[in-house]
Amino acid sequence: MRNILTIADAAAALPEIALVTAAMALLMVGVFRSKPATDLVTSLSLFVLAATAALVMFSSSGTVDAFNGAFVVDTFARVMKVMVLFGSAITVTMSVHFMKLERIERFEYPILILLATAGMMAMISANDLIALYMGLELQSLSLYVLAAINRDSARSSEAGLKYFVLGAISSGMLLYGCSLIYGFTGVTSFAGIADTLKQGEAGIGLIFGLVFLIAGLAFKVSAVPFHMWTPDVYEGSPTPVTAFFAAAPKIAAIALFVRAMVTPFSSIASDWQQVIVFISIASMVLGAFAAIGQSNIKRLLAYSSIGHMGYALVGLAAGSAEGVRGVVIYMAIYLITTLGTFAFVLAMRRQTGALEEISDLSGLAQNNKMLAFILAMLMFSLAGIPPLAGFFGKYFVFLAAIKADLIWLAVIGVVSSVVSAYYYLNIIRVMYFEEPVDNFDSMPTELRMIIGASGIFVIVFVALAGPVIDVARAAANSLF
Amino acid sequence: MAGFPILTAVTFLPLVGALFVLAVRGDDAIAVRNIRWAALWTTIVTFGLSLAIWILFDPGNPGFQMEERYGWIGSSNYHMGVDGISVPFVILTAFLMPICILASWKIEKRVKEYMIAFLVLETLMIGVFCALDLFLFYIFFEGGLIPMFLIIGIWGGQRRVYASFKFFLYTLLGSVLMLLAIMAIFWQAGTTNIPELLKNSNLPEDMQFWLWLAFFASFAVKMPMWPVHTWLPDAHVEAPTAGSVILAAILLKMGGYGFLRFSLPMFPLASELFAPLVFALSVVAIIYTSLVALMQEDMKKLIAYSSVAHMGFVTMGIFTLNQQGIDGAMFQMISHGLISGALFLCVGVVYDRMHTREIAAYGGLVNRMPGYAMIFMVFTMANVGLPGTSGFVGEFLTLVGAFKANTWVAFFATTGVILSAGYALWLYRRTIFGELEKDSLKAMMDITPREAACLLPLVALTIFYGVYPSPILDMFALSVDSLVSQVTAAIDANGAAKAAVLN
Repeated sequence: MRNILTIADAAAALPEIALVTAAMALLMVGVFRSKPATDLVTSLSLFVLAATAALVMFSSSGTVDAFNGAFVVDTFARVMKVMVLFGSAITVTMSVHFMKLERIERFEYPILILLATAGMMAMISANDLIALYMGLELQSLSLYVLAAINRDSARSSEAGLKYFVLGAISSGMLLYGCSLIYGFTGVTSFAGIADTLKQGEAGIGLIFGLVFLIAGLAFKVSAVPFHMWTPDVYEGSPTPVTAFFAAAPKIAAIALFVRAMVTPFSSIASDWQQVIVFISIASMVLGAFAAIGQSNIKRLLAYSSIGHMGYALVGLAAGSAEGVRGVVIYMAIYLITTLGTFAFVLAMRRQTGALEEISDLSGLAQNNKMLAFILAMLMFSLAGIPPLAGFFGKYFVFLAAIKADLIWLAVIGVVSSVVSAYYYLNIIRVMYFEEPVDNFDSMPTELRMIIGASGIFVIVFVALAGPVIDVARAAANSLF
Repeated sequence: MAGFPILTAVTFLPLVGALFVLAVRGDDAIAVRNIRWAALWTTIVTFGLSLAIWILFDPGNPGFQMEERYGWIGSSNYHMGVDGISVPFVILTAFLMPICILASWKIEKRVKEYMIAFLVLETLMIGVFCALDLFLFYIFFEGGLIPMFLIIGIWGGQRRVYASFKFFLYTLLGSVLMLLAIMAIFWQAGTTNIPELLKNSNLPEDMQFWLWLAFFASFAVKMPMWPVHTWLPDAHVEAPTAGSVILAAILLKMGGYGFLRFSLPMFPLASELFAPLVFALSVVAIIYTSLVALMQEDMKKLIAYSSVAHMGFVTMGIFTLNQQGIDGAMFQMISHGLISGALFLCVGVVYDRMHTREIAAYGGLVNRMPGYAMIFMVFTMANVGLPGTSGFVGEFLTLVGAFKANTWVAFFATTGVILSAGYALWLYRRTIFGELEKDSLKAMMDITPREAACLLPLVALTIFYGVYPSPILDMFALSVDSLVSQVTAAIDANGAAKAAVLN
């Protein structure tokens, strides 16, 4: 028998091990400290996330297989993990103020985020069906609790419960798919499945399993037709939690989706590509049309994120290195734009409390020129108008789709992006073309900085895109 | 290559000015005054630099000049350069911007944002005409939507929200299809470099077909051609005066420029194939929109429809695929830039006094405003295409070209000249002549020195180029010549290849 845990395996998973250990240590701090520990735990958890990111970047290089191939660390994994850690850290930062004002500050909150992040990192590195499920569940269980963290609020509890029930169903489908795949190939490791399929053993049973697997994963990225939970959970959860849902877990789920398709099933690409094409089209179209009627900005962003997952999946549908490069660029830009937008939603607050209606933005351009300008740029970027960052994300995924001859996918995609431009423009209309109402309360420094930084990012990306694209290319090439 | 990067300087100088305006603090009268002067000086210096381009430009060279090239994103470079087809547009843009700023002197609402929007727009417009990389071109081309959307939406009239959304979404829908075509060209040819694509334009025929249609979707909306012109009257009517000027004088020309720069040389076979379609649409545009213009009650709307009709001459001229037609289209675009811009300024002059654009609200203005009546008459005549004004040269050349290509097209297009005389003169009669009966008009003042400073340069150029068009014609003659011979050669080669297969 081989050793279950060797030094080499532990070294490969060092960032994850460090993160989980630190999370448990922080839990002890929170429980046994006599004074309220929230601030301390929050600051320490930020430090832990930063240290983990440093470990991810510097503790290994090249492609490392560990745990008998169940766990892989390659450039793709490193890039996506850094993005996830970044997303988590920013969300923790921007939550502090909101949680205090809403009187739901608890030290468990940053710890749950740390645990969810550990799950996401495991998902990104998963190279085996069992590792995949383990990472996914660690993430999901933490997210269910986070959704319901405001336990005195009926909406928050409802969001948590809804998310849990639907998430459990999707996990069930995913497990069923995994067991079918295992049953028809006899292996659980991605490399093993790829080898079996190369020998031409792709029966209808395996395709069945694949479809169930895709259904489970589509739920996690909230792609149509498995998106129903998204608007309700986004609306019901406390806003910082919504920001977290929209950012880091999406990155991890897309990364997992990409690896789980590209690595084991590359030889039957035509079978899963058509499913992805359908999911992608449905998400883009629904995201574009359903958001038009929304008046609550969190619901609107929920539909918007469904649409954005559709665009990211366009890159996966291409199934090529260019496509994955497009996905990585898309997700990086999506992450920063989304964090900026949610930081803005958190800053929407008057004496009466937090605001969530789009009409509350009325005339903001005259009350707070800078804030309105940045949100306008973020909206133009989400709509994909050049020269802002969002345009480049769309450009690279559609570039891959055109190369893969998915012309109709690209045409439907760009047309739905025009439709979705309508509701982004509508937010700009409310801010710029309407008469002002009361100003918002002044916002804390950290929100100001996050909003400012993301605004600068979307504007100057056009000049500095070169290095980002090089990193994304390196990440994509490590998968092929 | 070496030396001062003059194109980059001209393109980005307005952006620097915009950042400067952004840095001006305060909302008091002094700050507003500083903002206005900063914007005006920025555009004047930009215009001065663009004249340097004119001097440096060698009309004896049909290729690209003053090229600048730096690495940017992967295989797309930051590549700028001009040839005879783009230089006139660069200078026209830089020339009209100070006039627009001057025409907006009385804007009191959010002056800072206004000037920033216009300066950013100038950067993006000049960039469109200088870009020598498809990807870069697209960024400039689309980026212009953002400031124009804000200009119409914030400083526009009653239905500004509707107009700005319609403008934005229409143009965006056309453009995204072109974006996909650009991607397809990239994978087919391996580059987005425009000079290289122009040199080896051997895209397969069936691919040219689809690419042409995708580019057409974008340029036809921008132009705008019938039946996708409906955004233009709304946008024109609602936009502030300077916005209408820019829209009519520059933004519409991007469509024509795009046809000449991309559709013709890159897809010559498809251009030949689709020429009858363009002719048909152009003739409909010329006759139908002229008739629609006759029915308008709103001065700006009337001029907007006349713009659509005049752009019909341009598209017709471009797709004659012969020297006269394309020369005429180029000249018509420049001259229309001067005339339509001036007409919108003229409407702006009376709108500032009366705050209505309804034709029925005016009448007999000549009694109170003789100077204004004089200037307005020059542009009305130029709009009709009277010999001796620049409007005549372009229309005449396009009609000559059309006559060579298809007599019937020329015949129907010529009726448009008569109709344009109809609506333009009728507009003039209803507003300027007649008895001064309305009390509200009796206190009208003649044009101020500021308004004269906007309009008189345009009067001078309209008449000067009408009498002596050579300076402009010479500027693009060789570039157009090489374009025509390249397109003809590609069509002939394809014809010969097909004949060889048949034999």
